[in-house]
Amino acid sequence: MARRATPEVNAGSMADIAFLLLIFFLVTTTIEKDKGIARQLPPNEEIEDPPIIRQRNLFIVNVNKNDQLLVEEELMELRDLRQSAIDFLDNGGAAAGTPEYCNYCKGKRDPESSDNPDKAVISVQNDRLTSYKMYIAVQNELVAAYNYLRDRESQRLYGFKFTEVKKAMDEGNYQGNEEAAQEKLESIQKLFPLKLSEAEPKSKGS
Amino acid sequence: MSKFTKKKGGELPAVNTASLPDIVFMLLFFFMVVTVLRDNDLLVKNTLPKADQVEKLKKDRSVYIFAGKPSARYQDKYGKEGKIQIGDKFTDVSNLKFALTEARQKLLPELQDKVMVALKVDEETNTGLVTDIKQELRDLNMLKLIYITSPGNEVDN
Repeated sequence: MARRATPEVNAGSMADIAFLLLIFFLVTTTIEKDKGIARQLPPNEEIEDPPIIRQRNLFIVNVNKNDQLLVEEELMELRDLRQSAIDFLDNGGAAAGTPEYCNYCKGKRDPESSDNPDKAVISVQNDRLTSYKMYIAVQNELVAAYNYLRDRESQRLYGFKFTEVKKAMDEGNYQGNEEAAQEKLESIQKLFPLKLSEAEPKSKGS
Repeated sequence: MSKFTKKKGGELPAVNTASLPDIVFMLLFFFMVVTVLRDNDLLVKNTLPKADQVEKLKKDRSVYIFAGKPSARYQDKYGKEGKIQIGDKFTDVSNLKFALTEARQKLLPELQDKVMVALKVDEETNTGLVTDIKQELRDLNMLKLIYITSPGNEVDN
């Protein structure tokens, strides 16, 4: 008997089936957002004699209920916050020769501003009615100021950018010796430690 | 002469759709790969604020807290005040500790000490609510937290 050719399967409705699946996945899924600003909260315990921070080492950022910024007693736009935070952190006001002297700072060395990045503390004060959007925007700008300075120092000392290497290591695709790089990152973090303090917000509407 | 006579009818030839399934399948696979199934139903409005100085969240050791106004279809029932959602239900600030402990127990035992709290808060919420959450987290000694944001920058626009 002659072999009969197998009849071809009609694949015309394949597209319909695939569309159906596609629409199902489109509807049921979201592209999960998994990036954000990481923070460490202070432990909830009473500190006996808290360290006294000098006025000049303190950078006070005040956000009121109308989302306006008051930085060091002056009204400021959000876009200027980053630069003024950089200026404050990078000031290095301690005199040359003293143990506080900061030899990597490139700021104005104004004795009225911070002694060195280790001493400098940024304090953010929010009103309870401040919008979360503004809160995050302020935090973002302050972290950006730190990242800028860390990038600059790691570029100078090791020839790479702090944020880029950190990102590559987070994603697990860093080429090269991870432990050595981790150590370098930590040494940069020590040069510009993240010192952000958050005051308890004031009562409603004040 | 007959070379130039019109073909009869002059209809447009049908577009060949043979490769359509391939294209659709390609799209399908893309969506299947980049997305994860939604694991909890959002009861609150959740437009995240923008930030660009971000770090990546480690998913296996995180507990999610959502906060914001109840979304439109729940507003009749729950009002328009900012609310906290953990898992699939609304939680009160006073009940937060219990809900968080419960959520933490769902993680792998070896990761429970390294727990990280992911805050997904709507951008219109008041900071006061977030502060209350943070105070509870300090009491619970869950000190690592991450404010989930969407990519972008508030200054640029």
